[in-house]
Amino acid sequence: MKGLLNWLFGAKRRSRTISFMIVIVSYIVLSLMIASGSLSRLMISLLVPVCAYIVAALGLNLNVGISGELNLGQAGFMSIGAFTAVILSGIFSANGMNPVLILLICIIAGAVMASVIGWLISVPVLKLQGDYLAIVTLAFGQIIMSLVNNLYVGFDANGLHFAFVTNTLELAEGGKMLISGPMGATGVSTASTFTAGFILVLCALFVVYNLIDSRSGRAIMAARDNRIAAESVGISVSRTKTLAFVISSCLAGAAGALYALNYSSFVATKFEFNDSILLLVYVVLGGLSNMSGTIISTALLVILPEMLRFLQFYRMLIYAVVLIVIMLVSNNEWLKVKAEQLKKKLTGKRKGVQQS
Amino acid sequence: MDYKKLVKGGLAALMALSMTACGNSGSSEGSGSSTEGGAGAIKLGASGPITGNAAVYGLAVQHAAEIAIEEVNALGGTQIEMNFQDDQADGEKAVSAYNALMDWGMQISLGTVTSGSGQAVAPNYAQDNIFAITPSGSSTAIIYRDATNNTDPYGVMFQMCFTDPNQGTASADYLKAHSELGSKIGIIYRSDDNYSTGIYNTFKAEADKLGLTIVDTETFVDSDTDYSVQVKKLADAGADIVFLPIYYQPASQILVEANKQGYTPKFFGCDGMDGILTLENFDTSLAEGLYMLTPFSADAEDEKTANFVKKYTDKYGEVPNQFAADAYDCIYAIKQAIDNAGITSDMSTDDITAAMIKEFTSMTFDGITGLSMTWSESGEVSKAPKAVIIENGVYVGVE
Repeated sequence: MKGLLNWLFGAKRRSRTISFMIVIVSYIVLSLMIASGSLSRLMISLLVPVCAYIVAALGLNLNVGISGELNLGQAGFMSIGAFTAVILSGIFSANGMNPVLILLICIIAGAVMASVIGWLISVPVLKLQGDYLAIVTLAFGQIIMSLVNNLYVGFDANGLHFAFVTNTLELAEGGKMLISGPMGATGVSTASTFTAGFILVLCALFVVYNLIDSRSGRAIMAARDNRIAAESVGISVSRTKTLAFVISSCLAGAAGALYALNYSSFVATKFEFNDSILLLVYVVLGGLSNMSGTIISTALLVILPEMLRFLQFYRMLIYAVVLIVIMLVSNNEWLKVKAEQLKKKLTGKRKGVQQS
Repeated sequence: MDYKKLVKGGLAALMALSMTACGNSGSSEGSGSSTEGGAGAIKLGASGPITGNAAVYGLAVQHAAEIAIEEVNALGGTQIEMNFQDDQADGEKAVSAYNALMDWGMQISLGTVTSGSGQAVAPNYAQDNIFAITPSGSSTAIIYRDATNNTDPYGVMFQMCFTDPNQGTASADYLKAHSELGSKIGIIYRSDDNYSTGIYNTFKAEADKLGLTIVDTETFVDSDTDYSVQVKKLADAGADIVFLPIYYQPASQILVEANKQGYTPKFFGCDGMDGILTLENFDTSLAEGLYMLTPFSADAEDEKTANFVKKYTDKYGEVPNQFAADAYDCIYAIKQAIDNAGITSDMSTDDITAAMIKEFTSMTFDGITGLSMTWSESGEVSKAPKAVIIENGVYVGVE
């Protein structure tokens, strides 16, 4: 037992264990609350989007925190995943497939699609650094949004039909529009569940932590901390950065698919620049490279505006003020020192008890 | 340095607390004006943007609905209690707002103010079988599952305003009938917007059918802030009437740009143009002579409109727009249906919904946005469009 605890909470694995525990414990607590009926419809409806945003934010943290590249296009990758999922679910649900299976296929397909495009983007993008990279990823997000905004996809007995800019599709009897330009995806058969979201978050954590603790992960961090030094010991910087970028976009794609199948209708402008920034806010507030922090801050910041509904139109004002307060408090040196002292006191006492 | 940071943090926290206090009093006041329903009041839900870019629409609907509910409740018969939730004109937030309303116990709904939100929550309304009539959600995707062919209606979703395709057709018909306005039509529309492309597509189809001459079509997207190229091209093409099926913020910038370039065609818009006179930092003299197709003009002299405009102006210091008028009509239409069907607040929502649908598809309603309105079973309204022109800073009805 003690050996297991040491293994779980040892210096090497502590943060990993804590992240998994946060997710598993909150899943159990929330499931119990749903079962006992003590959770409002509003809160239940937020569970899946929170899971989706957590997965996308974890991916972004890998990119921004671990790899040290500022990415302002994460919502674009979510969009790719989301609309891939919409097309596939349209095809499969017409065949009457089991929703759980559809969700699984859509998440995998969304992740693969986003990774492929992420890899394509990374070829020119990762030659750039710092501000330039941020600008290119930002532009990428906008391009994806504009493309999807002008895309028309329909499905009928003859298969898939595509059109661009103007809707020229003429579907056969019983055909269905899956994506209709600025009207976005309509009539999506929802399949996402909280359990699916929970499993996806666990998978994302597993991927992220295993990458960080691997040889590649250490190479990624070495390339972040000192590019020249890393290159001098034989690390291929562009390869390691590409790896982080692709895995980050892969997670965003999976998150997008989960998000898409939770709503029966959504538009391409949902995944705009502001949402990329929001994801970045979740990551920065939670702490760069701090996965537990990302999970907590994402959940808090997605739920907070909904909790503030009783404030009516002061709501978004208070939300902004709360953001500023959190930023100031979490960066306050004095509080940090006090927290350290408190921690030392507590752990010191505990040791004392154990010895006696 | 640390000390300073602490002081800053403390101040921010204090501000937050004081704001919370304000917020509380604000909300209780807000609900006070709309929840005077008393015992047995019917719970009416609504959602719309009261913060963010589209807030002017949400606030107009909220204010007008509150005025109408006060009047209805003062009559002593049917009592209505309203809960208006913010959805920031975003589909995801609209679903949250819908669930917040369901937690509250909504029985009848005003749906959503904007189209994008409306198409996101329409399936939820259908699933939970709650009757909704949207004052201003004009997209066909709100009432039809298949919005491309306009088939397979949800059945529980009704509209008080025209659908987008209707507006395009009506605009083309109007221009055909009033060829003195101009014969060379130029168009600027927003290509990434559902509302704008919806109107443009049907306008184009109808114009082709009627043989109208479209000399140039220009597009822009949401993030554009400069319209000089589009305006220049229209001027070069010699368009003497410019059709703007867009919302009023970009339209105002187009008017400013045309003025700067000395280009003076006639401008013609749809209901999204409504609100241009209340836009801050906009020289409203530029909107003089602007035509728009809207079912409501605040200068109408009938008693109902005059009463509503006076109350709204007294209370909120601005002339109500078409969104407000549609919301006002929604409340009275709902009241009429409730009275006719004898709906009470202790009925189950399934019974209420069934009764509301039966009334709405069979009754005739006279409101301030039109007389003898009727609704089809798919939820579309049938009423006559009116054209107005802006003269001396007010809407004036034209034939």
